Amino acid sequence: MADQKTTSAMLYINGVSVSFDGFRALNNLSFSVEPGEMRAIIGPNGAGKTTMMDGVTGKTRPDTGEVVFDGGVHDLTSLDETQIAELGIGRKFQKPTVFDMHTVDDNLRLALKADRRTRGTLFWKDSSEERDRLDIILKTIRLTPSRAAVAGSLSHGQKQWLEIGMLLAQEPKLMLIDEPVAGMTDAETKQTADLLREINRDRTIVVVEHDMTFVRDLGVRVICLHEGSVLAEGTIDQVSENERVVEVYLGR
Amino acid sequence: MPVYLVALWGKYVCYALLALSIDLIWGYCGILSLGHGAFFALGGYAMGMYLMRQIGSRGVYGNPILPDFMVFLNYKALPWYWYGFDHFWFAAIMILLAPGLLAFCFGWLAFRSRVTGVYLSIITQAMTYALLLAFFRNDFGFGGNNGLTDFKDILGFNVQAQGTRLVLFSVSCIALALGFFICRAVITSKFGKVLVAIRDAESRTRFLGYRVENYKLFVFVLSACMAGVAGALYVPQVGIINPGEFAPASSIEAVIWVAVGGRGTLTGAALGALVVNYGKTYFTSGFLAPYWLFLLGALFVAVTQLLPRGIVGTWRYYMSKRREQQAADDAEAAVPPAPPPSATSLLARPAE
Repeated sequence: MADQKTTSAMLYINGVSVSFDGFRALNNLSFSVEPGEMRAIIGPNGAGKTTMMDGVTGKTRPDTGEVVFDGGVHDLTSLDETQIAELGIGRKFQKPTVFDMHTVDDNLRLALKADRRTRGTLFWKDSSEERDRLDIILKTIRLTPSRAAVAGSLSHGQKQWLEIGMLLAQEPKLMLIDEPVAGMTDAETKQTADLLREINRDRTIVVVEHDMTFVRDLGVRVICLHEGSVLAEGTIDQVSENERVVEVYLGR
Repeated sequence: MPVYLVALWGKYVCYALLALSIDLIWGYCGILSLGHGAFFALGGYAMGMYLMRQIGSRGVYGNPILPDFMVFLNYKALPWYWYGFDHFWFAAIMILLAPGLLAFCFGWLAFRSRVTGVYLSIITQAMTYALLLAFFRNDFGFGGNNGLTDFKDILGFNVQAQGTRLVLFSVSCIALALGFFICRAVITSKFGKVLVAIRDAESRTRFLGYRVENYKLFVFVLSACMAGVAGALYVPQVGIINPGEFAPASSIEAVIWVAVGGRGTLTGAALGALVVNYGKTYFTSGFLAPYWLFLLGALFVAVTQLLPRGIVGTWRYYMSKRREQQAADDAEAAVPPAPPPSATSLLARPAE
């Protein structure tokens, strides 16, 4: 069970290791994220950023260690993807994964916090509050004009936003966002940073990103991962001045 | 309409209902079942057992309880699993229950262990093949390789009479319409949107908090029950049910009907079944008869290569393109055109 110190954390990861065929993707990884915080995670390819997210969302089960959610109430290592999503952890994937054949509206509608059981969806009727929520989310992610378009026709950046919108619709307590600005223009990147800061007012966020300008824009605490464990932690300036970080990640 | 045509089209309509049931799971949820003939045949056997019990003492051996094949095979008493089939209501329940229960057990195991794509298709083939072998056995109690035949009455009416045939044909049409509306209600609901989401990105749907296996299981069982009803209506119209209906090839043929008509369009599935079967009857009654299977194979290759959306799918795509063109011409602020869906591969897009 989590000790006293962890009971306040939204996400508490302690001594987590994951191996694939002898390759240690995560190596005794420990860190915690407080409620209401936004945390950025950087690190070179293969540092274990995505594996960390897989471990939290139930896609991969850690070999050892504990992953505790929401003030030490839930042990995530014994739950599957659906149960973890129901607890209130939403995830945006590295490659934007939206439902291409559905409209933007329907993508969000499927994500809206609601009865997920088969009986519930079979006889589902949209309520007016739901429609209002949809309108607000569409406005937030700036996709109101394309709400009736199929998601497959959106640009790459728009898909990223749609996926962030789907996360919002889920009303999770914790949002895990994997590379939100990959493939975005500079203007879009800046807008995305604004968007995340806006969302962070009521939600805890963990964001993985390579784009250092974007991370600087966010202005939050940063963790640098390397070979499956934490290499450095602090503000972006502290981390980017760390000698080891410069050596393995930023380059001299 | 001559009698033989009524029976023939009655058969096609049953096939159309089977095609609809396959399209519901394949077209909308990405579950490619290559063993759906098993559910069709189980429904057929349930109906056949009722019809056998209706023969009574009019059989060749004149035994009031035992069907002819049981007398012939030296059965002393009616096997317990034949009890109740002298009542139509019992048979009607079994027509839904037998395929539904098999689909539930099969689906519960398969979907829970996340068997998808080609692996799922293969085990559905194994399932129908196993049933084929079981039903071939004389000691299995379902008439062995001769199956069940020589039916006399259904609900007191002679199955051969023209009036009965017309009623059976009408009932098949009603069943097809009912099946169509049920499928439509399912796919237009939010449930249906979840199904399409599962088809296109299964793992993403899981991360949204949906219990994918429950959705698949529900729709799989529903589809199996529909196939069972199709089989039950088929049997009195063709006058026989035998283990041949379990043959893996028949199930694959049914999938071809759906592909030809248009996967993911309900009207397409039904139309495909009617068109291909009409073609089959036409070609197998002429000098081309020995080449029918080659023709069927060629048709399948041609459709997947040249017409991946099927007949109705292509038509709809063409119409929506035209509408978009019109809209673009009318207003300058046009909606960006939808990209063509990736070419329909036989298998569902694998998750992730």
